[in-house]
Amino acid sequence: MRKLCLYFQVHQPFRLRRYRFFDIGNDHYYYDDYLNESVMKKVAERSYLPTNKIMIDLLNKYKDFKVAFSISGMALEQFELYAPEVLDSFRALAAHPNVELLDETYNHSLASLANKDEFIRQVKEHRAAMKKYFGVTPRVFRNTELIYSDEIGATVAEMGYEGLLTEGAKHVLGWKSPNYLYCNAINPRLKVLLKNFTLSDDIAFRFSDQNWAEWPLTAEKFAGWLREIPAREEVVGLFMDYETFGEHQWKETGIFEFLEALPEKVLGTTDFVFSTPIEAIEELQPVSDISVPHPISWADEERDLTAWLGNELQDEAFGKLYALHEEIRKIKDPGILKDWCYLQASDHFYYMCTKFFSDGAVHSYFNPYDTPYDAFINFMNVMSDFEIRVHTAVPAREKSPELARLTKLLKEKENEVKKYQDELIKYKGGDKLTTEKTASKKKKASVSSRKKTTVKKKTTAKKSSPGSRKKTSSSGK
Amino acid sequence: MKVLMFGWEFPPHISGGLGTASYGLTKGLYAAGGVDILFVVPKAYGDEDQSKVKVLGASEVNVRKHFYHFDELRAQMSYLEVHSDIVPYTDPDEFWQLKKKEVSSRRWYVQTDEEGRLPFSGKYGSDLLDEIARYALVASAIAAEYDFDVIHAHDWLAYPAGMAAKEVSGKPLVIHVHATDFDRSRGNVNPQVYEIEKRGMDAADKIIAVSNLTRNTIIEKYHIPPEKVVTVYNAVEPLQLNKENFSQRSIPDKIVTFLGRITMQKGPEYFVEAAVRVLQKMNGVRFVMAGSGDMMYKMISLVASEKIADHFHFTGFLKGDDVYNMLLQSDVYVMPSVSEPFGISPLEALQSDVPVIISHQSGVAEILTHALKVNYWDIDAMADAIYGVLNYPALTTMFRKYGKEEVNQLKWENSARKVKEIYESLTQV
Repeated sequence: MRKLCLYFQVHQPFRLRRYRFFDIGNDHYYYDDYLNESVMKKVAERSYLPTNKIMIDLLNKYKDFKVAFSISGMALEQFELYAPEVLDSFRALAAHPNVELLDETYNHSLASLANKDEFIRQVKEHRAAMKKYFGVTPRVFRNTELIYSDEIGATVAEMGYEGLLTEGAKHVLGWKSPNYLYCNAINPRLKVLLKNFTLSDDIAFRFSDQNWAEWPLTAEKFAGWLREIPAREEVVGLFMDYETFGEHQWKETGIFEFLEALPEKVLGTTDFVFSTPIEAIEELQPVSDISVPHPISWADEERDLTAWLGNELQDEAFGKLYALHEEIRKIKDPGILKDWCYLQASDHFYYMCTKFFSDGAVHSYFNPYDTPYDAFINFMNVMSDFEIRVHTAVPAREKSPELARLTKLLKEKENEVKKYQDELIKYKGGDKLTTEKTASKKKKASVSSRKKTTVKKKTTAKKSSPGSRKKTSSSGK
Repeated sequence: MKVLMFGWEFPPHISGGLGTASYGLTKGLYAAGGVDILFVVPKAYGDEDQSKVKVLGASEVNVRKHFYHFDELRAQMSYLEVHSDIVPYTDPDEFWQLKKKEVSSRRWYVQTDEEGRLPFSGKYGSDLLDEIARYALVASAIAAEYDFDVIHAHDWLAYPAGMAAKEVSGKPLVIHVHATDFDRSRGNVNPQVYEIEKRGMDAADKIIAVSNLTRNTIIEKYHIPPEKVVTVYNAVEPLQLNKENFSQRSIPDKIVTFLGRITMQKGPEYFVEAAVRVLQKMNGVRFVMAGSGDMMYKMISLVASEKIADHFHFTGFLKGDDVYNMLLQSDVYVMPSVSEPFGISPLEALQSDVPVIISHQSGVAEILTHALKVNYWDIDAMADAIYGVLNYPALTTMFRKYGKEEVNQLKWENSARKVKEIYESLTQV
């Protein structure tokens, strides 16, 4: 029997409030409680609660129906704050033996692309949350937005996970089919289960599209497509946002009826059975490893990272945020750590995406900003305040490594000056006396100016940094 | 196809965006081909770019023999003789000069010189309404004398001229709405101006609006059937700036620029208020209000009372290269217009690599994506946008990269092609 894996992602970010620059340094609360509450309540009512009810009914009705979820830490926190009944209904689902919970980053963050330590910390945090809320310890991992590369896979394997879910991206698979189990290219013990993006997106994106040739999509038709899959292919992954049911696709589109009818059609008319990811991983043999040197994701046509990173705005914000990591490690203040967590949500970077000025349909979903530029300014204002708090929270004696780093930088600059000095000698034809004189002058200038820009406060005594001299040293190139 | 076009100003003698737009459009029409234009402006100075259009000074026309139209026009226009408090576009200095004298009710008479010509000042003044009427009178004379297929009138000052020409010739009339009195007056509409605008729109066979914002005003406030109103966006002349010709920035401070007429329509006080907020939070930034207008003194005293005068500068009216000189020194350009039918200047700023912050209440906001947009009254948002551009350099990089590209897509040829299609649709019937 072939396997059909249903996996749903549940996530809501803490959206930022309109944070003006005059709040910087004055107000350290960053979140739009009203918006977050109203979105959560709306989605709970339209999607989470009715879909959870259908899921429970299906699980009770069909003993072979199986499903997997991953719920971000931020979604869990917001359930607790705004919609505890949703948390209860997920608890009821999680208690069912045919439901598997997966791990992800607690913050729904892009940490896997920025910093390995931070990534591991967040995964551990999520693991703890799964224990706390549901009493389970997941064995399968899915990264934020199904972001995956060989390296990320290796890290995940290190942490003891047996399997991982990612996108069956065309440019990675080439002629290969996503409908097999694969393994990580670095550590083959980590099994990789791929999303069948055609069938997944038929439900998640095209279901209500009346211009789609296959509209309207019924469970019969979908089961027919499953039957058409070549008999040798072993597993089909249907991975999507849980909000597909009732929110991305409204109940008026018939999405709930589709979901209710699906198990009967799959179990009755195809040779597929439902399977949780862990079962698929345990029972199937990987056909080969899969090489993903550059990160992929499940977003947009390109299945790459450009929805979150790549334009100047996103890169700047991302860089600023993770530059704080070293300092954050020394901070114990729970308030700062909480904000550090919330600010990392991938959603903030998604809002800054400029790819879709023309068709912003998906990107505008729950997007509190008019334009990516607004999103950027708001995030950077918050970041500016957060930076100040982080800098002041790090105890002075802890700053010595920072000093060491700066000293190292100074050394490098000195070497650079030396290099220019040599060049000068070459150009001027060995008028040694004068060049040495100017070179030493330059050395002083660039050293002191460097200090001024980097260690502002500490070098008040050495304030002499004439801009004109700086200029001569750079024109010496 | 021959077009009889009525404008109010033409480069180099311009006091606002209307002249620039008229020039760009006529040039674009010639570029599109198949169109011959007779452009009529009141009072020709003689140094206009004659290669592209035939400028016919209205005062060059002998009107003595055409007085029969005068009676009819006076009957319609005579009530306009009285106070003309609201002057739309204006060269500010001249406006104040005229305002000082405060002309009360005036008798309508046509003053001709000894050859029977009408003298035109060519500038907007307090006797504006008289001038409009006179212009219309001359228009009927011109219309009788020349041969053409379509009449095209720019802005309300020229509507009566267009109407008169239509009456004489029976040719279709296109009116081009660059602004309405709702834009100029922030809602305190002058009933006389409204009357002229409304009559022009009613008489027109087709109305061209410079943005959807203006189109909606025409439909909602002037009750014109929507199918009669077409939006044709303005464009901008490609700019080749040799940066070396301009003076280099002399101070290290960041510069935030407001550039335009200092009038109610442009929302200068919001700029000042935003400046106050930004200056509370950061150093090393200076604000410049370039231009002049009837609210300038008020702005100067506002700046003084907010105690930011040491970081807030007024340049007075800037012309020609000085505009670009100012732009090239700027780090961000702000246009907080309360109601801006189109707004060409943000496009010029983007061409000079300056990021722009524009109000949602501007037509140009409809076509620019790589710009920051705020509501004119939302001072906090405006201040925040200014702060953002000055402090987060990634924004400037993005705007330079994509904004300029976007502006370069806006060509007068494209706008002119749409206008030509409108002409053709009218003449084929």
